Amino acid sequence: MTTSTVVRATPRVSRRAGRVRRSGPATPYLFLAPYGVLFVGFILLPAIYGLWISLHDYDYLLPHQPWVGLRNYTDLFKSGSRDGADFWRSIRATVIFTVFSVPLLVTIPLGIAMLLNRKFPGRTFFRAVFFTPYVLGVAVVGVLFRFLLDPTIGLLNFYLGKLGLPDQTPWTTQVPWAWVGLVGMTVWWTLGFNAIIYLAGLQEISPELYEAAEVDGATAWQKFRNVTLPGLRPVLLFVMTLTILASANMFGQSWLVTKGAPDNATRTAIFYISQVGLQQYRQGVAAAMSYVVAIILICVSLLMFRLFRQRDV
Amino acid sequence: MTTLAQGGSDSTTERGTARSGRVQVSKTHRRSLPAQIGFWALMALLVVIFIAPLLWMLVTSFKTNEDATRIPLSWLPRPWDVSAYRTLFGAGSANPVLRWFFNSLVAAAANSALIVAVDAAAAYALARMDFPGKRVIFGGVVATIFLPIFVFLIPNYLIVSKLGWLDSLWAIIVPSAGGAFGVFFLRQFFSTLPRELEEAAIIDGANQWRIFTRIVLPLSKPALSTLAVLSFLTNWNDFLWPVFVLFSPDKLTLPAGLAKLQNAASVNYPIIMAGAVVASVPVILLFIIAQRQVIEGISRSGLKG
Repeated sequence: MTTSTVVRATPRVSRRAGRVRRSGPATPYLFLAPYGVLFVGFILLPAIYGLWISLHDYDYLLPHQPWVGLRNYTDLFKSGSRDGADFWRSIRATVIFTVFSVPLLVTIPLGIAMLLNRKFPGRTFFRAVFFTPYVLGVAVVGVLFRFLLDPTIGLLNFYLGKLGLPDQTPWTTQVPWAWVGLVGMTVWWTLGFNAIIYLAGLQEISPELYEAAEVDGATAWQKFRNVTLPGLRPVLLFVMTLTILASANMFGQSWLVTKGAPDNATRTAIFYISQVGLQQYRQGVAAAMSYVVAIILICVSLLMFRLFRQRDV
Repeated sequence: MTTLAQGGSDSTTERGTARSGRVQVSKTHRRSLPAQIGFWALMALLVVIFIAPLLWMLVTSFKTNEDATRIPLSWLPRPWDVSAYRTLFGAGSANPVLRWFFNSLVAAAANSALIVAVDAAAAYALARMDFPGKRVIFGGVVATIFLPIFVFLIPNYLIVSKLGWLDSLWAIIVPSAGGAFGVFFLRQFFSTLPRELEEAAIIDGANQWRIFTRIVLPLSKPALSTLAVLSFLTNWNDFLWPVFVLFSPDKLTLPAGLAKLQNAASVNYPIIMAGAVVASVPVILLFIIAQRQVIEGISRSGLKG
């Protein structure tokens, strides 16, 4: 490490030399350019292009895409329009899924992280086991659970029957059972991801705080309530926001396991948007729907940050 | 599996253990025997819940279809049978899983390499150079991390179709490289490197490109490999986009292929499970090899978020 010796010998010179611009003014932009092209092409442009599309009766297979102004949006809010009814039904499905999956995915991983935060032999192994489903991706998990949840040949009903419980539950075809299946498989799949984030957060909490609490004779619950939870506040907010966004993006589970059944009750917003836009080729309507969902989501995220900041005071 | 337990001692764990060592010791002393038994029973139950479905996938892939649908179900195939794999791997298969495997491999490797290359250059400029518009550019790029992906779905489909990339691996490789996560992630890492190193190099007459390639990149190997592994996993598992932009049987990636198998007229679970095994084995291996990168990458993004 000759460089470090040089630096230590001449700190002041090097500091001044650092300000000398050896490269031309274009250099930073050259470094940014390759990413810039991709960012503009596939993030910035589509964000604006999508708005443009949403203002047209857009079918990319047809020669003309007439301008319709805000009609694609207003139609969604008009009672009696077919798209509107189906759209809000898909929003309802997304909300149901989010309302049931988020509390489980915020609390269970916290419990697992606290178990993993103890000192015991093999904890790296256990951490890896709980995380493994997450590296598999939704396609593998989807086809696997379609099989496990199968009413007649699924492992779940088979074992429920062995325990003397009902063994004909239609996990993939009827609500509310379908929701139990979809939420359950999602918890199994993504629990490890949230647990890893919590675990990192738990390890950032200073052990002195726990020692102080112990000296004061705090019970385990008091330590959790007064040390762990306040220490995790930013991580909790992060996990909650991330999980809400992920739940609102739910697609693969419904697509593979229930196919939206029964009668599109489990067809989520993204599911419906992609059907309208990429199977029926009505991109104008689909783009308008995705902006409406995006605005709802952004409002929810802002609300979350607000709530947490208020409770902080 | 023992290697996992012993070899996976990453710095997060060590740091946590070392720091909280004193408290932990006093806790273990106090923990009663019933509590210990309860703890291990809970752990064992969790391991079963997490491993059993994966094991079921594996054994089913070695069953005949008749066996897989016979009640009572059995964990052991009666008899062991590789016809599911033979159907998928056979020449001229309607579901060329081997082809899907290579499509997935090529797409994920190329996408990961592209992301690391362009994100590192951009992150270096944003971390280490002063130029007009820097704050606006960085703020604008980072803001897009929080935009839900489906906003880009419809317009990107049209853009990709105009580029002639529908039903081609280019659609899987290129567009997602516009994502801002890697730029943000690497910029945070580059900002922590000591400036003295570059300053010394500047005295030696090095230009920015030399500093970037000779000093910053070699020092950033942990962050670069973390981003590479995470990008590879994300691309390998991507589902929504490939399902709609790829359609020819020989153009599919594994997730899109699994959806095709699932939607086949006659459902054959051993074949579907065999496809799922083929899609799972590479990522599970990658996770075992690169466990540290994956876990640290995710923990760090959480703490900074």
